Formats: sequence, C-alpha cells, structure tokens
Amino acid sequence: MNLAIRKLTAIIIVMFLTLMMAVTYIQFIRAPQLNADTRNVRTLWREYGTDRGPIIVANQPIVTSEPHDDEYKYLRTYHQPELYAPLTGYFSTTFNSMTGLEREENSVLGGSDSALFSQRIEQLITGKQPKGGAVALTIDPVIQQTAWDALGDHRGAVVAIEPGTGKILAAVSKPSYDPNLLATRDSTLANESWTAMNNDDQQPLVNRAFGGKLYPPGSVFKIVTAAAMIEKLGLNADSVVEAPFSYTPPGTTHEIFNAYQQQCGDGSGQVTLATAFAESCNTPFAIGGVNVGAEPLVETAREFGFDQDFTIPLQVMASKFPFPEDTAALAMDSFGQRDVEVSPLAMALIGATVANGGVMMKPYIVAQTLTADLALLSETQPTHYGTPIKPSTAAILRSMMIGVVNNGTGTKAGLSNVQIAGKTGTAETGKEGGDHSWFVGFDAVDQPRIALAVVVEEGGSGSQVAAPIAREIFASAVNRD
Amino acid sequence: MSVISTRPARSGRAQELGLLSVALISVLSAWVLTYYGVNSANPDQALPDNFFTFGGAAAGVLLLCHLLIRRLAPYADPILFPASVMLTGLGLVMIYRIDFQLVARGASPDARGQLILAIGGLILMVGTLAFLRDHRRLRRVTYISLIVGLSLLLLPMIPGLGVEVYGAQLWISIAGFSFQPAELSKIFLAVFFAGYLVAQRDNLSLAGPKFLGIHFPRLRHSLPILLAWLAGMGILALERDFGTALLFFGLFVAMLYVATERTSWIIIGGLLSTAGVYLIVQVMPHIQARFTIWLNAFDQDVYDAQYGSYQLVQGWFGMASGGLFGTGLGEGSPTNSFAANSDFIIASFGEELGLVGLLGILSLYAIIVTRAMKTGIALRDGFGKLLAAGLGFAIALQCFVVVGGITRVIPLTGLAMPFLAKGGSALLTNFIIIGILIRMSDSARRPFVPSSVSLSTINTGELPANLIADEDDDLESSASTEAEPHSAEDSLATTAVPRITDGGSR
Repeated sequence: MNLAIRKLTAIIIVMFLTLMMAVTYIQFIRAPQLNADTRNVRTLWREYGTDRGPIIVANQPIVTSEPHDDEYKYLRTYHQPELYAPLTGYFSTTFNSMTGLEREENSVLGGSDSALFSQRIEQLITGKQPKGGAVALTIDPVIQQTAWDALGDHRGAVVAIEPGTGKILAAVSKPSYDPNLLATRDSTLANESWTAMNNDDQQPLVNRAFGGKLYPPGSVFKIVTAAAMIEKLGLNADSVVEAPFSYTPPGTTHEIFNAYQQQCGDGSGQVTLATAFAESCNTPFAIGGVNVGAEPLVETAREFGFDQDFTIPLQVMASKFPFPEDTAALAMDSFGQRDVEVSPLAMALIGATVANGGVMMKPYIVAQTLTADLALLSETQPTHYGTPIKPSTAAILRSMMIGVVNNGTGTKAGLSNVQIAGKTGTAETGKEGGDHSWFVGFDAVDQPRIALAVVVEEGGSGSQVAAPIAREIFASAVNRD
Repeated sequence: MSVISTRPARSGRAQELGLLSVALISVLSAWVLTYYGVNSANPDQALPDNFFTFGGAAAGVLLLCHLLIRRLAPYADPILFPASVMLTGLGLVMIYRIDFQLVARGASPDARGQLILAIGGLILMVGTLAFLRDHRRLRRVTYISLIVGLSLLLLPMIPGLGVEVYGAQLWISIAGFSFQPAELSKIFLAVFFAGYLVAQRDNLSLAGPKFLGIHFPRLRHSLPILLAWLAGMGILALERDFGTALLFFGLFVAMLYVATERTSWIIIGGLLSTAGVYLIVQVMPHIQARFTIWLNAFDQDVYDAQYGSYQLVQGWFGMASGGLFGTGLGEGSPTNSFAANSDFIIASFGEELGLVGLLGILSLYAIIVTRAMKTGIALRDGFGKLLAAGLGFAIALQCFVVVGGITRVIPLTGLAMPFLAKGGSALLTNFIIIGILIRMSDSARRPFVPSSVSLSTINTGELPANLIADEDDDLESSASTEAEPHSAEDSLATTAVPRITDGGSR
C-alpha cells in the first residue's frame, strides 16, 4: 500500500500546487486587471483614501488633502476654488470621478506613478501611510488673479503664455464653479450642486479657456490670414492691397462689408496692409484670403495648431478650420467668420508665436512634479512645437500689431511705459448685440514676457471691451519688480 | 521488511514544544498587529485588552496539551499539533479582526465563541488520545461507523431538526446550537472505508477484464464504488451539498486506490463523478447556477444576478488588492466579501497577508497532510495505513474544494476551510482528526519492541518464496498490473498465510 500512498501524496502535492498557482494568478498576475475593474470598490477607497499630494502655484498649495473622519480618511480641499477650478478640476467620491489636473496628474498626486516607486518601497518598509506627490504649476498667481478680476462679471476666458517657453501664466474661465461643492462627502449636497451647475444657463462647468467651447475668432484670425498673405503672396506691411467698400466673392451674390459698413482707410479702395490690419478692415482680408487660396490658408492655420488636439497636460480642444466649401466660404473664413472656431488658448499661442519670432513653443502648465517630501521628480523642459512662420514674417506681423495698439482699434490695450502689440476682434455670432469681444496680443519688447488672448462672450466690440481687460493684465505682468 | 528499523528512536517532543512556541508567538504577534491595524496604528493602549490574560492562558493550555501528548503519545509526530494550533490561532485572529467590522455594522462578534470552540477542540484532541490507546481498535467498529456516519449525514433531513442555509440543507439545530453533522461523519466514514477496504482489498484488486491496457474490476466487485457514487449523488440531490458529496466520493475513491493500488479505480471514480455532476447539473438549477458563476464570474449579468457571482468576484477583488504582501492585518476591507470569516476566510487572508501569507498558510496545510501520509507509510498495519492516508487526503481535498472554489479552479461549494474558518462542527472534528493522527503517528514512530517472541528467530531465508514475494507486494504490486495468472493465485494464497507486515504486532 505504501506505493499507493506515495502516489496519493504526489496527487495531493499537485492539488496544493494547483491552488498555489491559482492564488498567484489572482494576487499577482491578474491583480492589476482586477484592481482596475470599475466594480472594485476597494480601488476607489484606496485611490480616494490616499493622502493625495497638493497642487502648488508659486509655492502656495491651492489644493490639499485634509484629514477627514470617514472611510476615505482625507477630504480634497480647494483653497481658491473658483479661480483655479478650470485647471484643478475636482476629485469627487460621490460621483466616483476626477477631472482636470486631478485626473491628468492622478498618477503623481495619488502616488501610483512609477517615478514614485522608491518612495513606495520606503513607505512599505517604514509602514507609513502612502502619500501622493505634488504638482507645481506654471501659473503666475498675480496674473491669474488680475485676469479674473479684470473679466469682472463677464462670461469669457483669458489665457496668458510666456512666449519664449510656452509656460501658461494664467488660464481663467468665467463663470466658474466651486469644486469643494462636488468634492464634499455630503452626497446630497454634491448631487444638488452638480444639478444646479449643470442646469445653470451660464454654464459654469464649461472650461472656456481650453476649448470647452469654441468661439468664432472674428478679426483676431486676421493674424493668420495676414501671415499667409505675407508668406504666400510675398507682401509686407507697406504693400498696397485692395480695400473696397464691399466685396462679392466670385461665384456668389453674398456681399462682404467692413465692420459697421465703414470705409477702409481714406476710401480710395486701396490701403497698405498695415492700415487694413490696424483698422481691421474686412474686405482686404477677404480678398487676400481668396488670393492666397483655400489650400495654403488652411495649411498656414494648421501650422499654427488648428485641427490638432493637444494636451498641456489638460486636454485642449482643437481649433477648427474646415476646408472651405467654396470661394464665399473662403472669403468669410479669412476674417474669422463662418466656419472658423478657436479656443482662447490657441489664439494666445498664435500671439506667443509672433512674439517669439515665429517659433511656437509647446504650451504647458505643469512646471514640476515632486515627491511627498517635495524632492524633484520631474521638471518640464520647454519644447519647440513648430515654426509656422518665418522670423521675417513674425517681424512684419509684430510691427503691424504694434500699429493696431498705437493707432488702430487696439489703443485701449496700450500701456504708457511698455510697447504692447495686439489685435482686436469682434466676432459676429448672428445674434443681435451678441458679438464676442476678442483681444490677442503681447508686450513687444526684446524678451516678451506675456502673450495673451482675451475673449468676452457677447461682450460687443473688441476694442471697447476686450482691449481694456488685456491692458490690465499686461500692466500686472510687466509693471513689476 | 518495514518492521526492521535501525534509526534511533527520537520522540520529537522537544521539537514539538519549540514549534508550539513559534506558533503561539506568531499568533499573538498577529493579534497585536491586527489591533494596531484596525486602530489605524494609533490604539488607545499599547496592547489589546486582556493581552496577558489571554496570552498566558493560551500558553498554559497549549503547554498542558503538550505535556499530555508527551505522556499519552510520547512518539507522536512533532509537527501535526503545532501546525494545527498555528492555523486555528490565525483563524481566531482573522475572526477577531472581522469582528471589528461586524460590530461596526451592528452584528454580534464571533471571536469569543470560536475561542471557546478551539479550547473544546483541544480537549477533544487530548480526549481522543486518552480514550483511543490503539487506533486498531477502531477497526472493530467498522460497520457501526458506517451506520453512525450515514445517520449523521441524514440528520439534517429530519423535519424540525434540519435547517436550510443558503440553499443547502446541511445543518441541524438542537436547542439553539447549530451543528453540521457532515463534518463529523467524515471521521466515521473514513473509519468504515478503512475497515471495509482492508478486509476486501484482495477481492477488489482481483484482475477483471482488460480494456485499453487497464484492468477493470468485475461488476460484482464494482458494487461498493457504485453504491458510494449513488450515496454521494443522493446527498447532493437531497441536501444540495455539492462540497460534501465531492468530499466523500473523493475520499472513498482515494482510499479504494490505496487499498487496491489499482489505477482503474481512480479512472472509474473520475468518470463516475463527471457523469454524476453532469446529470445533476442537468436537473438542478441550484447547482447549475454554481456552474454559471464558475465559468462566467466576471460577466456583468452573472455579477448582477441574485445569488450571482458578486460575492466571489468581491473575494477576488480583495485578494487582488492584497497583492504580494497584503494590506497588513486589520488594514484591508475583507468584509466587502460575504462570509469573510467563514467561507471566504481564505480571501480575507489573501487580502491582508498577501500572496506570501496565503502561500504560507497553504504550505501549513500541505505539511499537515504530508505528515499524515508519512504516518500512513510508516504504520505497520493496513487499517492504520488506510485510515491515516484517508484522513490526510480528506483534509487535502477539503482545502482543495474550498480554496479551489474561491479561486475558480472548481465551482464554489459551501465547505469550510479546516481550522481557519469560523464554525464549530468543523473545528471540533478537525481536532479529533488531529488526535487520531497523533495517535497513529505515535504508533508509527514508536521503536518496535517485540511483545513476545523475538522476530530474529524468523529467518526469512527459510520462508516459502511466495511469502517473501508477497512482502514486497506493498511496494511493488501496483507496478505489476500485468497480472499474470499465477500472481492472482499468490494474492489468494497470502490471505491464508499470516502476513508479517500486518500481523507482526498483532
């Protein structure tokens, strides 16, 4: 019988090995998949139960995890909730969701990033509670606050970029919301807040800065058209262009006028490109766009970043310039109406590219990621994103944009001590009195500090509404130290 | 030939005491860790309430048991007792840990009851040693065991006595105490199988018709396995207890194999159980649901269904969240799984002690089982060999059915993990089994002292050749499956001649 017992023992060993393999399969091989399962409430608890790292602006935490007496142990707290909501997003246990940087930087904030591996090992050995890393932003709190205040009660957005690096200095979207109301553990309050925000016709949850909704650019798009005219048609600031009182594109009966049906320049029907730009005439750019042709114009817009999604690391919706279906569409698109739609970030990026001599830097918002002990994990390095225009073209555009501020539609954006360059825009929305007010510009010095885009929803004239807002922001950025 | 032992006799009592200390220290440490874990590492006091009272009492009880084993079974295997203490202790710690969440939910705690049962188990173990001075005496009650075992099995079906729990009728309730008689009947049926098979082994191992190179027994000799199969299916059908049916049928087939050394029995057993399970699945929706859960646990429909895979999948989530090293005792969320301190206690351990801890626990079971098998090999009587192997296999199979169910190696059944899981019937039964195993290991390891005539007077050289060949039969007969006609005669002949292996100490 002994041989049979030995064989039976072998069978038993096989049984135990089978169990051990099955357990290994669950706890090791398949564990990542199981932990990622949406039905696994433990993952939520762990995710929401970690001491998430802070989000930092200029050495001040704007989002922290505060100890809280419940299942999750910590409560995410937003210290300047409305000001930074478009950036931070929210981290909600009630809705089991995170948005904004809370989501995009979750691996660092939640402590699961592979870069935090050594920290996790240390925590495992010392038995300390796992702690997330910190994320430091490029935001300049003074500019951010000024932009917020300057927008006042308007709906709209401001995006400011440092032209030489692509750092995002400010990103404001108004109206905003309070993420604390969604992060709360009081699920009734969270649900009520969500319903209220979602039903609010002011749309506080829409992130206007990064393309949560796209706007027609109106005349600020003329920067792109002018760039194409300079590069593709060989024009410069002093080139004389056709500027009739009205223009009917070939093959249509649709008549294009200048704003408020005004004359352009002296009414002779011919002006310099600089004058057309400074006075923001429509007919010269409609004709210019048609002369450039659909394909080259679309190509120029694409080089400026149209039709491309990108992340900063927040998702930015691509600005749109669909291929014009006919000449009339091309003519309308050329001065930023009809099918062209942009995000404030994209327009700020165009301004920054002109300011930076034609080199487009990739915009970014995370300056550094840090460990829980605030040791440096990673630092974002400025990267080239493209060279949509030649340096000479950038110089011409710059001079024309200076002209806009010095003796054109943008005088209200000018500062007495620093030269400002810019372009106003008044985008028709087809609604009476519902024009969006735009300003895109930068400080025209050797090393420009700031390029920005301001959009005020249904604000009216760009020169009257957006330009003064831009002026305040410029003042806060350059009149310092 | 197994009679001759030149190894110096080692009682192993010092090892047992050492291992017992290791087990006690491990369990007490686990208790303290749990205490810190559930209090988020900031408890009100340095040690749990009554730490020294309970720790001291446990040390005293275990020392007393050790001393009694020293006296009652001085040559007992030194590992069986400490390993079972370790497992029971870890189970107690986990039940105590789950209590924190049960109390928070307004349920009553379980740890104290289980602790009392554990002490009861130790008493039964020592009592078994005291009353059962020679395991061969169990052979005398072969048929009584059958009757008792079957009666116990059928008890839950008596109206007014049986209680249906989670769709299976395997509990009885007497005066407020509930008991799962199937656990206890395990011992009685193992005793019956051992007694029956040791008497019938030669009949059962007779050559029958040969098919595909395998000898099949004659139909009249197949009758017992068919009856056992029918009994298993009967339990399954009447009490809807898949686990117990599997356990008994597996136990019977394994013991039949050990007794006859015929692989054909295993094949027949496998075929019969496959056929039985197939038939049952066709007619019983309860079992059918188990199969659906087993095969498609992660399907959303199955997961959402009432009595669906939700509980099983929660167990998996817990184990996955434990990962390699676990969340630490008291720091996971094991009560997310259903029956976290009984049916799913393995998942709870997986979550809080991690893969490493769970492999350790499984190894402890493997050690207990292999010690039982080793005892079976070392024993000199066929009945003891069969009983030790059977009891060892029963523990192994129960682990396999429980852990295999949780890990989806096989469909989930309602068996309890030996020693670890909350549940009195199982704990008491398992300590009786350990008592029997200790008793048997004592006689297996005891140095052979001839009681009357010195065996050296028997010179094997003078024995008839066929008798010497038969002595080798224990080791090699299964290798000679090509039964030549005369070997069958040999087997028949040996039944008439006293066998030294079985009869040496008779």
